[in-house]
Amino acid sequence: MSKVMTMGEAVMRFVPDGSSVVMGAALESLIPFAAGHEIIRRQVRDLTLIGPISDILFDQLIGAGCVRKVIAAWVGNVSAGLGHNYRRACEQGLPHRLEVVDHSNFSLSLALLAGGLGAPYIPTYSLLGTDLLKTNPTFRQSTSPFGGEKILLVPPLRPDVAILHVQRCDEDGNAHAWGNLGISEEAALSSQRIIIVAEELVPRAVIVSDPNRVLAPSFKVCAVVHEPGGAHPSPVQGYYNRDHEYYHDYHRATRTVEGNAEWIGQWVAGVRDRAGYFQKLGEERWQGLQLKEHRYAAPGDYGY
Amino acid sequence: MVTEMDYTPQEIMVAAAAREIRDGEVVFTGMRLPLIAFALAKQMHAPNAVGLFECGLVRDTPAPELLYTMGDPPNIAGALWATRMINMMGLLQQGSVDVGFIGGAELDRFGNLNTSYLGDPASPKTKLPGSGGAADIAGLSKRLVVIMAHEKRRLVERVDYITSPGFGDGQGWRRRVGLRPGGPSAVITTRCLLGFDASTSEAVLRSYHPGQTVESVRAETGWDLRVAQDAHETEPPTAEELAIIRRYDPQGFWTR
Repeated sequence: MSKVMTMGEAVMRFVPDGSSVVMGAALESLIPFAAGHEIIRRQVRDLTLIGPISDILFDQLIGAGCVRKVIAAWVGNVSAGLGHNYRRACEQGLPHRLEVVDHSNFSLSLALLAGGLGAPYIPTYSLLGTDLLKTNPTFRQSTSPFGGEKILLVPPLRPDVAILHVQRCDEDGNAHAWGNLGISEEAALSSQRIIIVAEELVPRAVIVSDPNRVLAPSFKVCAVVHEPGGAHPSPVQGYYNRDHEYYHDYHRATRTVEGNAEWIGQWVAGVRDRAGYFQKLGEERWQGLQLKEHRYAAPGDYGY
Repeated sequence: MVTEMDYTPQEIMVAAAAREIRDGEVVFTGMRLPLIAFALAKQMHAPNAVGLFECGLVRDTPAPELLYTMGDPPNIAGALWATRMINMMGLLQQGSVDVGFIGGAELDRFGNLNTSYLGDPASPKTKLPGSGGAADIAGLSKRLVVIMAHEKRRLVERVDYITSPGFGDGQGWRRRVGLRPGGPSAVITTRCLLGFDASTSEAVLRSYHPGQTVESVRAETGWDLRVAQDAHETEPPTAEELAIIRRYDPQGFWTR
């Protein structure tokens, strides 16, 4: 049964107010910006955002007033450093107060891994001695029942939905992703549901020709959105490169509350959909991000 | 023609960072300058070093182009392994990483780093982006190298919040809280190179960059910085090192 739908429908049906949502799971690449912008346009409220570093997507959603709580290792702008909206929310309660649950990249991976495994917790030696233990009340310090050494117990996270951008997918949600995966697998397996956003919609035969490249079982996928360019300004291996300048432009534009409102107006609220976004971005800028050369993997033989 | 003083603070930091990598080591490569330091070390004295990138990459060659982030497509092209982040973190926790690189906003005399909150976390004066993988790298690498800007407000007696653990409040702290041996071995700043006293775990000035003095570094440090007996001028980047850095970052995006 086809799960293909528009971004608008996917967000409307599967990202209601109050949802906990994983985005930016691959780290700097494959960030589902198109989905985030649709969430902003639909004025979804009281979200809990879960992600490792998220780059500027979390900053945008916070600045648009969609977010009540952040469970993350890092929120900012990878190119420029600080995220102005994140700072304003934490320091001044603008546009409103934000609850922050601090993680490191490792502890967030472990929380989602535990969720995916259905495990009660996962122990680690990381973060001992740090103040993350004070600002993340979900952690517990303990001692190993085997060696007696100090350990930290990381409890599971079970997000409502993971939104994952991938290279290609079939209409059932069988998805191929490649390049560094970050915590994409853990995010997919721990979440109740998965929204796949794909550069290309391909026949099932393409996917099953290489099952090792599949991200997660498609029975967890609730929606497939075909949105070429949907990860811009983040890169998609084999499709387009990172638009570094966009991150710097965003950093400059969002220094003030007014500047941020103007930025959202221009790039998100003021465009109807991704097609409108690309119209604003311009053909020349988009062409400048295209591949300079192809580097195809050698085919693997699944014969028997 | 490269003359003696013709380099930037970033270039001397990259050269100093590259020298912290020994041949054959497994390196947890951080953002920004360490991306270039790894490429430099590979081409100079550490051809057999292997780089881990927390987004889920392993490389034994420098990326073919300058990296702005570790997830840039050139870093995946030609990688030895593209995988999940948790595999990188697992290698770190099992003790396979010799040296890790991180940056810092605020550092104290025992090498603890804060990249989370200035002021009270409940109502912070400044909210910084957070740990990312830095807390993990600082807690679990055998050696840690920190790269940061040297300003009095950044090098403080005691950090407001420990994001990435150094030596806590001094000797024995890491063991007490359950961390294995490790901790910072070098802090490379825009002015100098700090090491840590093996008996007190306190930072000591090991070398000051050309143009700086012991006094100028101490004046810009927020505690009474101790000075190593053999403190000397940092060796500037060689012409060969500069050529490699500039070939890798021709526009000077990170190093100008």
